[in-house]
Amino acid sequence: MMDSTPRENALPSPLMRILVIEDDRDAASYLLKAFREAGHAPDHAADGLDGYAMAESGAYDVLVVDRMLPKLDGLSLVRGLREQGVQTPVLFLSALGQVDDRVKGLRAGGDDYLTKPYAFSELLARVEVLARRRAGSASAGEPTLYRVGDLELDRLSHRVTRAGREIVLQPREFRLLEYLMRQAGHVVTRTMLLEHVWDYHFDPQTNVIDVHVSRLRAKVDKGFERPLIHTVRGAGYMVRAGSEG
Amino acid sequence: MSAGASGAALGSGGSIGSRLATLLRTTAFKLTLAYLLVFVVFAFTILGYVAWNARRVIDDQIVSTIEAEIAGLSEQSRVGGIRRLVAAVDRRSREPGASLYLVTTPAGERVTGNIGALPPGVLDRPGQRETTYGRLDDEEATPHSAIVRIYVLPGGFRLLVGRDVEERTRIREVIRRAFGWSLALVGVLGCLGGWFITRRVLKRVDDMTRTTRTIMAGDLSGRLGLAGTGDELDRLAQNLNAMLDRIGELMAGMREVSDNIAHDLKTPLTRLRNKADEALRQAAGPEELRMALEATIEESDNLIRVFNALLMIARLEAGSVKEEFTDFDAGEVARGVAELYEAVAEETGLVLDVSVEPGLHVHGSRELVGQAVANLLDNALKYGTPEPGDAPLPLRVEARRDGEDALITVADRGPGIPAPERARALERFVRLESARSRPGFGLGLSLAVAVARLHGGSLRLDDNEPGLKVTLALPLGPEPA
Repeated sequence: MMDSTPRENALPSPLMRILVIEDDRDAASYLLKAFREAGHAPDHAADGLDGYAMAESGAYDVLVVDRMLPKLDGLSLVRGLREQGVQTPVLFLSALGQVDDRVKGLRAGGDDYLTKPYAFSELLARVEVLARRRAGSASAGEPTLYRVGDLELDRLSHRVTRAGREIVLQPREFRLLEYLMRQAGHVVTRTMLLEHVWDYHFDPQTNVIDVHVSRLRAKVDKGFERPLIHTVRGAGYMVRAGSEG
Repeated sequence: MSAGASGAALGSGGSIGSRLATLLRTTAFKLTLAYLLVFVVFAFTILGYVAWNARRVIDDQIVSTIEAEIAGLSEQSRVGGIRRLVAAVDRRSREPGASLYLVTTPAGERVTGNIGALPPGVLDRPGQRETTYGRLDDEEATPHSAIVRIYVLPGGFRLLVGRDVEERTRIREVIRRAFGWSLALVGVLGCLGGWFITRRVLKRVDDMTRTTRTIMAGDLSGRLGLAGTGDELDRLAQNLNAMLDRIGELMAGMREVSDNIAHDLKTPLTRLRNKADEALRQAAGPEELRMALEATIEESDNLIRVFNALLMIARLEAGSVKEEFTDFDAGEVARGVAELYEAVAEETGLVLDVSVEPGLHVHGSRELVGQAVANLLDNALKYGTPEPGDAPLPLRVEARRDGEDALITVADRGPGIPAPERARALERFVRLESARSRPGFGLGLSLAVAVARLHGGSLRLDDNEPGLKVTLALPLGPEPA
C-alpha cells in the first residue's frame, strides 16, 4: 500500500507520477500531453475498474479522477480506495460544477474538485499542491516559519518581516501571504486563493483577487529591489526569490 | 369487484360491458355497496328486535287470557263440581273466537271441549306448554299450534285450557313480509342512488380525463370545468388548474429564456468564430496568432461562465442543493464578501460602509448566499461607480434582523433602476438598455433571486434616492445550541 511506505525523498519532487482516470480519449490525451510537457510522468486509465486497480497497486503521487466513468463511477472508486487505506490525493474533474456536487466529491474522499472545462494551468497548479501536501504530510508537517529570500513569516506570532524590518498586515493579508509562501516557488491561481483565504468557491466576475494581491505587493515588495510576489500570466501568482525558484 | 375487467380503459366510451366494468370499479359504487350492506344489517336488527318483542307481548297476552279462563272455570268447579264445569266448558266452546278447551276422564276419554286430536301424552303432565292440536271441526286435521295449560281436577278428570297462537304466526308473517319488502326497497333505492352518484362522479372524472388528455397532447390553454359546488372534485379541479397556470408560466418563461440564451450565446459565439477566422486569414506572424488564440480562450471562458451560471440557476430552481444545507451566520457572510470586494471597490472610487448585526443564523448554503452577495456587489461595482475624477461615492452593505428575516442590503449611489423596470431587471439575461454597453451577462441578479427563493426568502429592488438598494431577505433559522 502506497501510504505505508513513505518515499525516501520527502522533499517536493519536480517529477510527479500522476494517474489520469478519464474515459474521454481526447480529454485524456490532452491531459497526458500537457502533464508530460510540464515535466511529469502521467499514466492513463480509461475506465473506473482499470483506474481502481492501477491506483491501488501503483505508486502515484496524485490521482486525477473524472466523476462519470464507465464500469465504476468516480465517487465509488475513490470511496473504495479510501476504504482500502489508499490515501493518494485525489482531484475530481467533473462537468457537474455545483456546490452540492463538490461537497459530495470531497465527502467521498476527494481532496480537490475542478469543474470542466478548466484551464490546464489551474489543474496543474492544484495537482502540484496536492502532491506537495502528500510529500509534506509524510515528513514533520508544516513548519511554523516560512522564509522566501529575505521575507519571513512566523505563523505562530503572526509577524512578517522583510530584511529584518517588520511589515504590518491586516489579518486577511496575512493569510493571503501565508498561503502564497506555503506554495512558494509554485503557481497559485486566483480561485485557489479565493478558496483558501476566503473559503468561497465561486468565480467572481471582477478582479477582486488581483486588487488584494496588488495591495499586498505594495506592502511587501515596495521599496525593495527584487520583487518576491510575481504575476504568472494566464495562471495566477507565485512567491519566489529570484529566478531560480 | 370485477378484477377481470381491469383492462377496460377509463372513459374510453367503449362497449357497454366495459362501461359497466368501469362503473363497478369506481369508488362511489364501492361506497354505495358498503352503505347498502350496513343498512341491510341495520334493518335486519331492528325488525328482528320488533318481531321478538311482538312475540313476547302476544305470548304474555295469551298466558293471561288462559289464566283468566282458568280462574273462571275453577270458580264454576268449586261451586258446582265437575258437572257445572263441564257445562261451562261446553258453553264456552261453542262461542265464536273461543279459546281451546278439553275435559277428559281419568282414562283420557273426551267429555267435552273443542279440541279434536292431541299428540299422545300431552294430558299426562299438568302445567303449561306449547303443543300442536287438531280442531274438532277440521276434517283434514291440519295441526295447529297452541299454548295450553293442563289441570288435574278432583277425581282424576283433566282440564285443558289453551289458546291458538295463529295470531302470533300471522304477525311473524307480517314482519317477515315487511322485512322482505324493505330489503328490496333498500336494495333498489341504494343501487339507484349509487348508480346516480357514480354516474355523476364518473361523468365529471371523464370530463377531467378528456381535458387532461388534450392538455397532454400539447394544448396547455385547456382548463378543467368547475361544477361550482365547492366539493372535493371542484377543489381538485381548482388545484389542477392552478398547477396548469404555473406550468404555463414556466413554459412561457422557458421559451423566453431559450430565446434569450439563443441570442446572448449566439452573439459571443459569432464573435469568437469571426475573431478566429480573421486571425487565421490576416495574422502577420506567430505573435499575432498567439494573441488571437488568447483572446478566443478568454471569450470561450466567458461562454463557459454563462453556461455554468445558467446550469446553477436551473439547479437552484430545482431545489436539489437543499441536501447540503448547513447553519451559518448571514452577517458573517455579508462581512466576509464585503471585505473581499473592499479593495476593488476603493480602486473604482467607492467607499464601502459595512454594518453587520450579530447572530443572524440562517439555515442554508453559505457558499450560495456568499455568491449572491458577491453578485450584488459585482453589480454595484459595475453600475454604482463615479465617473473617473469625480468624488468617491458610498456603497453601503448592511446585514440586520427584521422580524423573522435576516436582511442583507447592498445600496449604491449609482443611476439606480426606474421603478417600472425593476421587476424586469430580476429576469434572466435582462440587461436594461443603460447597461448594454458594460460587460456582463445579465445573470447576476437572477442567480441572487434563485438563491433567495431556494432559502424561502426574496430579493427586492428599491430606490436608494438616488441609487439602487437591493435587499436579500433570508428566513432566520433556529439558534444553534
